[in-house]
Amino acid sequence: MKVLMFGWEYPPHVFGGLATANYGISQGLHALGDMDTMLCLPRPFGDEDRSACKIIAMNSVPIAWRDVNYDYVKQRVGNIMDPEDYFRYRDHLYADFNYMHVNDLGCMEFAGGYPSNLTEEINNYSIIAGVVARTEEFDIIHAHDWLTYPAGIHAKQVSGRPLVIHVHATDFDRSRGNVNPTVYGIERNGMDNADCIMCVSELTRQTVINHYGQDPAKCFAMHNAVYPLAPELQEIVDQRLPYKDRKEKVITFLGRITMQKGPEYFIEAAKRVLERTQNVRFCFAGSGDMMDKMIEMAAAYGIADRCHFPGFMKGKQVFEIFRDSDVYVMPSVSEPFGISPLEAMQSGVPSIISKQSGCGEILEKCIKTDYWDIEAMADAMYSLCTNPALHEYLQVEGKKEVDGITWEKVGERIRKLYDQCLAR
Amino acid sequence: MKTICLYFEIHQNVHLKRYRFFEIGKDHYYFDDYENERGITETAERSYIPSIKTFIEMAKLYGKAFKVAFSISGCAIELLEQYAPEVIELLQELNETGCAEFLAEPYSHGLSSLANEAVFRDEVARQAKKMKELFGKKPTVLRNSSLIYSDDIGGLVADMGYKGMIAEGAKHILGWKSPHFVYHCAQNPSLKLLLRDYKLSDDISLRFNDASWNEFPLFADTYMDWIAQLPEEEKVINIFMELCALGIYQPLSSNILEFIKALPAVAKERGITFSFPSEIVSKSKSVAPMEVPYPMSWNDEERDTSCWLGNVMQREAFDKLYSVADRVLICKDRRITQDWDRIQASNNFRFMTTKNMGVGFYRGIYDSPYDAFTNYMNILGDFINRVNALYPLDIENDELNALLTTIRNQADEINVKDSEIGRLQARLQKYEPIEEKKQEKKEEPAKKAAPAKKAAKKETAKKADKPKKEAKPAKEAKPKKAAKK
Repeated sequence: MKVLMFGWEYPPHVFGGLATANYGISQGLHALGDMDTMLCLPRPFGDEDRSACKIIAMNSVPIAWRDVNYDYVKQRVGNIMDPEDYFRYRDHLYADFNYMHVNDLGCMEFAGGYPSNLTEEINNYSIIAGVVARTEEFDIIHAHDWLTYPAGIHAKQVSGRPLVIHVHATDFDRSRGNVNPTVYGIERNGMDNADCIMCVSELTRQTVINHYGQDPAKCFAMHNAVYPLAPELQEIVDQRLPYKDRKEKVITFLGRITMQKGPEYFIEAAKRVLERTQNVRFCFAGSGDMMDKMIEMAAAYGIADRCHFPGFMKGKQVFEIFRDSDVYVMPSVSEPFGISPLEAMQSGVPSIISKQSGCGEILEKCIKTDYWDIEAMADAMYSLCTNPALHEYLQVEGKKEVDGITWEKVGERIRKLYDQCLAR
Repeated sequence: MKTICLYFEIHQNVHLKRYRFFEIGKDHYYFDDYENERGITETAERSYIPSIKTFIEMAKLYGKAFKVAFSISGCAIELLEQYAPEVIELLQELNETGCAEFLAEPYSHGLSSLANEAVFRDEVARQAKKMKELFGKKPTVLRNSSLIYSDDIGGLVADMGYKGMIAEGAKHILGWKSPHFVYHCAQNPSLKLLLRDYKLSDDISLRFNDASWNEFPLFADTYMDWIAQLPEEEKVINIFMELCALGIYQPLSSNILEFIKALPAVAKERGITFSFPSEIVSKSKSVAPMEVPYPMSWNDEERDTSCWLGNVMQREAFDKLYSVADRVLICKDRRITQDWDRIQASNNFRFMTTKNMGVGFYRGIYDSPYDAFTNYMNILGDFINRVNALYPLDIENDELNALLTTIRNQADEINVKDSEIGRLQARLQKYEPIEEKKQEKKEEPAKKAAPAKKAAKKETAKKADKPKKEAKPAKEAKPKKAAKK
């Protein structure tokens, strides 16, 4: 089965959670053996892992005719695309886009990531998708997150193939209800045109059904998974000191410090824990628009000496933080899935997550509280810091549980939905 | 002739309230009164009262042809006394008909039999005493919480003077043997064992109202036929369950009470009688010893203790709880003893189980085992602090016990001397008008006695401050009294 997949980011160039999920899904599908995935990315760097899927660099797909020779193309974009493909695409131009900002190859540049002219880039991306859809042969279209929905719709219109969209987040999660009408419009349009909607959790599925008015019969919960730790990361995690030798306990918050992630509830809970005990430290790993406010808040409560703000963490650093943490807390107000508790549990850190987090649906061996229930959260933190038995249980059992959540299983489930979709 | 031994457990735990860690040291009340009242009244109304009324009717109808046994945990008695005294009155009424027997069990319905021998002895003694008070007879047969039994427990129970004990007829223990015989404890042959027939018991308590069961609907005739058809030599059929089975697990609308009511009549037709556990224990001979090296119970498919002590959290809570057991035993503070009984209840451990309990498992106020554990450990933390505050930590239990005994003995001595002084003073008053000088002479020995006691008490007083306070006013009052006269 051939899948045309639209993505926005891909490891190792990670901007948000989407990259990891996209990677996992393509690996999971690849593991099935008979899946052929073409993944469109706006701006690949050339160092992506191409074992699981063929990567189509959208910034090297021509949308306007340019008379260039093979060698020139090879020299310009050879690192990210086979020149043969360039000429194949050039044979399938469908309109004259010379009025757009095209370059000497007739392609459009992308900034990559999430720049300020995001809506423009989304539009460009969907124009290019038209060329790709006319050139390639495929059975089904799979679009990840709202940025690629317009491209997915375009490809569907061109090819008549069924469109599957993958909802990694909705604007309701990002904005605590104050949605951006443009984003909502794009999301809604994508969902209306989709033949199948995969949501990263039941929570998201309900949002899609209730806030976007979608037919429940075409919405499915498709939970994410995690990859086993790479050996070098495992090595970092293995340096963890045994519980009894860790005189000071560290409780960690890891993620963007924004409204969606509920950092203020973390501080409130921290304050309550520190009223009782002194040998606990709180770590805010991440950055975001609420960081300054959080620092002020910690200072106002007089717990600034126990709260640490090391800033944004990536790659190895994340696991170094996990190695030195005793408890991981994700007090998100609304989290479509939230992959970091799974990573924490993989690294042997017991997790406390809010009940408003999608990953809670597939996790049993962690503590769940309501994000607003500061007392319950503080109680759980205190308990993990003072009761070795609970800590040990969640550490051992949590790791076992997470090890059983694999992308291969997700791949199988996605495949099943593809089949259902094609049979319709 | 076959005989049926019908036994019901009456137990409700005292629900713990939501107790956050910041309340440790500030709030010493651990119970959820609302939930307790609601729970016990509901159970009483839906199950206990109608069932016991049925038993009373049956007793009147069939006389001694019907017999039933109960055991009531101390926690349940406390709850019933407070919120549903009618149940106790009904039980007393049933008791007066002579058709009921009451068994001994640990007061708290806890796991002390697995932890601390002294606590277990104490608990059972208190519950047996309570049974004597309420129903006029000291139990001779014991049942442990949730029928927990092992060779060691059997040995202990035999040592405590009980003649019989009831236990689970667990498949992994019995093997090819039948539960329809009387067995005895492997450690002490004087303790007879009655083993539950889980199939016949569960037919009533679990399956009676299950429409998907192939025997549904079950009639008393059919049920009694099953018993009658058992091999000739299998004489004792033990049907044990919770009283909640009648009315709560199996709703009254399933006519379960009609079924129970019909049992004695259909039994009589087939020549089957009813007996008390104590009768069976005293009349029947044991066929073989029963070896149970590891504790078994009537809970879950495994019939072991894994639903209370299956994971590390449960074991941690259990160890912490019983780490203060000896201190609590020494202590005579009523609030501490009461809290001790209530937090020991096995239900608190069950809430922490991480076994897959199916959808309908009731976890009380807790969302998850971790929540149950956290709450329990917070309460336990406060409780242990209170116990530790009573007596200094650096004294060994034995030493402490010795000191407390000395203090108690001295208190007795002082009491004796007090009364002696009182007697002498009364005498003195008689002679007062006659001889004033004699009065002074009598006063002297009294005065002498006081300083002597003071010296003796000094060393003990230092270590245990509470009894000191009690003793002091008595001591000081005396010389004054003497001086006045």
